[in-house]
Amino acid sequence: MIPEKLAAIVDDFSSITDRGERAEYLIEIADRFPAVKVPPEVAAPPYDEARRVPACESEAFVWAVEQPDNTLKYYFDVLNPQGLSAMAMSVILDETCSGQPLEQVAAIPTEIVLQIFGREISMGKGQGLMGIVSMVQREAKKRLPGA
Amino acid sequence: MSDIANRGYANPDVLVSTDWVAQHLNDPNIRIVESNEDPLLYPSGHIPGAVQVDWTTDLNDPLRRDYLDKAGFEALMSRIGATNETTVVFYGDKNNWWATYAMWVFQLFGHNRVKIMDGGRLKWEQEGRPFTRDVPQYPPAAYQAPERDDRAIRAFRDQVLKHIESRKPLVDVRSPDEYTGKKLHMEGYPQEGALRGGHIPGAKNVPWARAVNTTDGTFKTADELRAIYEQEQGLKPEDDIIAYCRIGERSSHTWFVLKYLLGYPNVRNYDGSWTEWGNSVGVPIEK
Repeated sequence: MIPEKLAAIVDDFSSITDRGERAEYLIEIADRFPAVKVPPEVAAPPYDEARRVPACESEAFVWAVEQPDNTLKYYFDVLNPQGLSAMAMSVILDETCSGQPLEQVAAIPTEIVLQIFGREISMGKGQGLMGIVSMVQREAKKRLPGA
Repeated sequence: MSDIANRGYANPDVLVSTDWVAQHLNDPNIRIVESNEDPLLYPSGHIPGAVQVDWTTDLNDPLRRDYLDKAGFEALMSRIGATNETTVVFYGDKNNWWATYAMWVFQLFGHNRVKIMDGGRLKWEQEGRPFTRDVPQYPPAAYQAPERDDRAIRAFRDQVLKHIESRKPLVDVRSPDEYTGKKLHMEGYPQEGALRGGHIPGAKNVPWARAVNTTDGTFKTADELRAIYEQEQGLKPEDDIIAYCRIGERSSHTWFVLKYLLGYPNVRNYDGSWTEWGNSVGVPIEK
């Protein structure tokens, strides 16, 4: 089971068949990126390379900060100012995974990228976005009891 | 950055400045084409009058791993309102990486009236030039394409094998971690599309983006490019060269640099690249 809000947004995107409509929706989401950008008290450039998403051509970084309720608050940065898809992915992950049960975040499959961005996305782009999902998922997984 | 004409390129006419494009926005003989790595960029705003050519949906065969055929290219040119006489100016994100890829595919059909906008989308944006979300509609054009001819600028796996046997030069334009195969084993790295890591034996590693200035995405001068490809890597203009990367997109950028900016006559792009080589049974690999 994945976080409820994420399941809902994946559902929304799965019903979109028009590429233009999908792009408009994603651009609107990417516009909210400043709200999920890592604040200076969490990290400041130059960032720790361990936070870099390895496959992302848009140079995305991910941080996870532990919360008192044992959940995680996620923060992101995307160094390429033209990395709109990475920004949209970051916003979706913050809005749907921050504060959610770790076992649900740990269960997110990387295939949600194809459901959200469409199966026609190029291999490189898809891998970069999946890299962001993997990193979010991994941060939750390593904090699960017994991990 | 200096004027394009003063940078010492072998074919300076193949590169145009952002100023030039701004002056030709309404030129009926010019079609401006945006081609990006990020599919959200064009719909978020583009140069007024520019059409989008998407690598995945416009340039590839939907079934086979191959490019579109003659009929597909004619339909594409008709859609963007380009005739055989139209000059196509490409630009895009990531230092024009996908723009050069689209240009390379256009040349497989002999459309040689092509140019790249120096600095691409980044420079246009840095200069505060206008973007629009209006998608232009051009009247369908009549375009007659020849059959696609892969011989001059495209290389296939068996040709690469012969190339290695003849000890001819190859340029691997991927990152050093991809070249050594290290990336394939990195934790959390999504499957790279290849079962084996490393590079084609004898290939030189020259990451593609070394050919551009990082501040504004413009191409380096011919002297600076020669310092990289000739003085440092030992390539010679008369060499028969094959460039490759993972799927042939980054290497089309290096193909453009060697063929047009430095004027090497024999440069081919191996678009099968590492996703083919790293999955092929029995081919030699070096780490």
